[in-house]
Amino acid sequence: MRAVIFSRPFLFMSTETKKILTTDGIPLEESLRKAEKKNKIKAFLLVCPLLLFLIITYVFPIGEMLFRSIDDRMVTNMLPKTYKAMENWDGKELPEEEVFEAFFYDYKTLVEQKTFGKLATQLNYEKNGFKSILKKLKRKIKKFEDGNYKDQIMDVHKRWANVEYWRAIKRRAPNFSNAKYLKGMDLLKDESGNITQVSEDRRIHRILWLRTLEVAFFVTLFCFVMAYPIAHLLATLPMKYSNLLMICVLLPFWTSLLVRTASWMILLQQQGIVNDFFVWIGLVTDDNRPEMMYNKTGTYVAMTQILLPFMVLPLYSVMKTISPSLMRAGKSLGGTPFVAFWKIYFPLTIPGIGAGCLLVFILAIGYYITPALVGGASGTLISNQIAFHMKSTLDWSFASAMGLMLLIGVLAIYWVYNKLVGVDNIKLG
Amino acid sequence: MALPNYTETRYRIWHYIYLTFCASVFFFLIAPLFVIFPLSFNAEEFLVFSDGMKKLDPNAFSLRWYQDMVYGTKNPWGLAAKNSFIIAIFATLGSVVLGTVAALGLSSRHMPYKGLIMATLISPMIVPLIISGVAIFFFMAKVGLAATHTGIVLAHIILGTPFVVITVTATLSGFDHSVTRAASSLGSDPINTFIKITLPLILPGVISGGLFAFVTSFDEVVVVLFLAGLENTTIPIQMWTGLREQLSPTILAVATCLIVLSTLILVTAELLRRRSERIRGININ
Repeated sequence: MRAVIFSRPFLFMSTETKKILTTDGIPLEESLRKAEKKNKIKAFLLVCPLLLFLIITYVFPIGEMLFRSIDDRMVTNMLPKTYKAMENWDGKELPEEEVFEAFFYDYKTLVEQKTFGKLATQLNYEKNGFKSILKKLKRKIKKFEDGNYKDQIMDVHKRWANVEYWRAIKRRAPNFSNAKYLKGMDLLKDESGNITQVSEDRRIHRILWLRTLEVAFFVTLFCFVMAYPIAHLLATLPMKYSNLLMICVLLPFWTSLLVRTASWMILLQQQGIVNDFFVWIGLVTDDNRPEMMYNKTGTYVAMTQILLPFMVLPLYSVMKTISPSLMRAGKSLGGTPFVAFWKIYFPLTIPGIGAGCLLVFILAIGYYITPALVGGASGTLISNQIAFHMKSTLDWSFASAMGLMLLIGVLAIYWVYNKLVGVDNIKLG
Repeated sequence: MALPNYTETRYRIWHYIYLTFCASVFFFLIAPLFVIFPLSFNAEEFLVFSDGMKKLDPNAFSLRWYQDMVYGTKNPWGLAAKNSFIIAIFATLGSVVLGTVAALGLSSRHMPYKGLIMATLISPMIVPLIISGVAIFFFMAKVGLAATHTGIVLAHIILGTPFVVITVTATLSGFDHSVTRAASSLGSDPINTFIKITLPLILPGVISGGLFAFVTSFDEVVVVLFLAGLENTTIPIQMWTGLREQLSPTILAVATCLIVLSTLILVTAELLRRRSERIRGININ
């Protein structure tokens, strides 16, 4: 009814008076649109500084990671003549003299420029054993005579006469490659260009991915199981008690991550308090104290405690809005407390569960500090591998590729989170 | 939480199980923080409670690790604390200014592409720190800001702004825009209106966002690990190195100081939250 009443005057207006003019003779509609546009620009200009800052310092660099992860021009640029000569080589048998000659001149330039080490590192990624034969070649290359480079190079080391090594060089010819992504999934392109699994003993990344998912999943589960009752208690207790108990949630939340990790390192060590307690209640014998740190147990325990506030806070903010009379109504209509809880209370808390679980999962999947300190070898996650390649092996393109694979996963969850909860509904503190 | 006296026994039992479970979770949350406290006063070098400590023998306690923290000969804590505070203060200022201005724009109902822009502005909080660290490192290395204070401050501004944006937008969501219109109609220019009218009203949100930004910067390890040189060491970096190499009681002394600091921040944040809810007319009780 209401809609009909309201729509009438509008219909009437649009047919009777064609245009309403403002005092300065501009149609009202246009003037309004102008004002709207002005406001839009004003709002946008306010956001601009931060947006530009983030795009330059953050969004573009993440794009650069993408470029780095597929960029493979280093080897191509170091061996230009070789790749030109290799164009006609079918890769079945040892290449012709002209390839060897081109390689000789390319490598000689690299030795003179003292950049041959980079080539050795890069080719060694492709095939093990390149480093030593390139070093040997470097020592001998000064005494090479003109002509017949094929035999001279093959004399340096017998591997130079192995066609596999020349194929490995040829495989690095394209400017861009997905090799780093394949490596991140324990796959590789073999000599004939098929994608195959790497040998059993070198499959480390898939284990890490699975372990990261497993840890993130179980930490989320543990957090949920522990957070739900206490969030409920906090939401139903009278204010003066719940404020006091809230400190137990908020103090860890505001305390440095490293401090909390340090306290777990003290608690979980072999002579630590948790083990003392186990011995005292007779669960284990004194000389048989279990190792609770530097393995997955340590990672689980510490991460659960550290991420627990992130689960409690969203649950609490949702539970706070649920009226207690709903449960009373359910019970008075004949439901047992369990039925009332399961049919009335629980469904109303689902938005909070979704928010908390996704938040904890996102945080857990990219965790770095705590696993690195208490995780040992069996408790480290994919982030630790990324940091390892950034800082130790310096294989930055591989670190970038792994980082982006992780990022895609996180962004997918973030997207779901955004759909379910909305980013502007994130509550803090 | 007293049960009504008609409650059946089995629900009574369930209720006590529930309370016990809650109590143990609260214990799990808070107890680890209190382990550090007594151990930092340990007179010995080990990180376990000595027999003397268990008997509360006064000789088993000492302040030597605190002395070591402050006066230790080759201790890096002084420099680290100085760096941490300088970096955190500048990063907070930067985050607060950029974040507040952006939040003002975002809360305008005229803002185009609100969802997309909000998602972009919040992303540094969602993207795993290790990825942010790699990306920011590539950028800073390219523009020559790696291993400088400026570089770390900029990195922490990136990580801190989402918190300011979120808290200030939340404060602005209950903001009555007619007061700014009233100010304009009385002849105030926009800047004056902002300083005299808007800012005092959204201040609790701004400050609590600033606190988040401060804590984020003060506690941040991953990005600094990539960016910092020897000169730019911070408290978290020193703790990280210490925890990796050898867990010394000096670290516990530092940790105790940090817990005291975080308690202060918690109290401030709570007071601010209540004030902001009062201003927005939300009754807590």
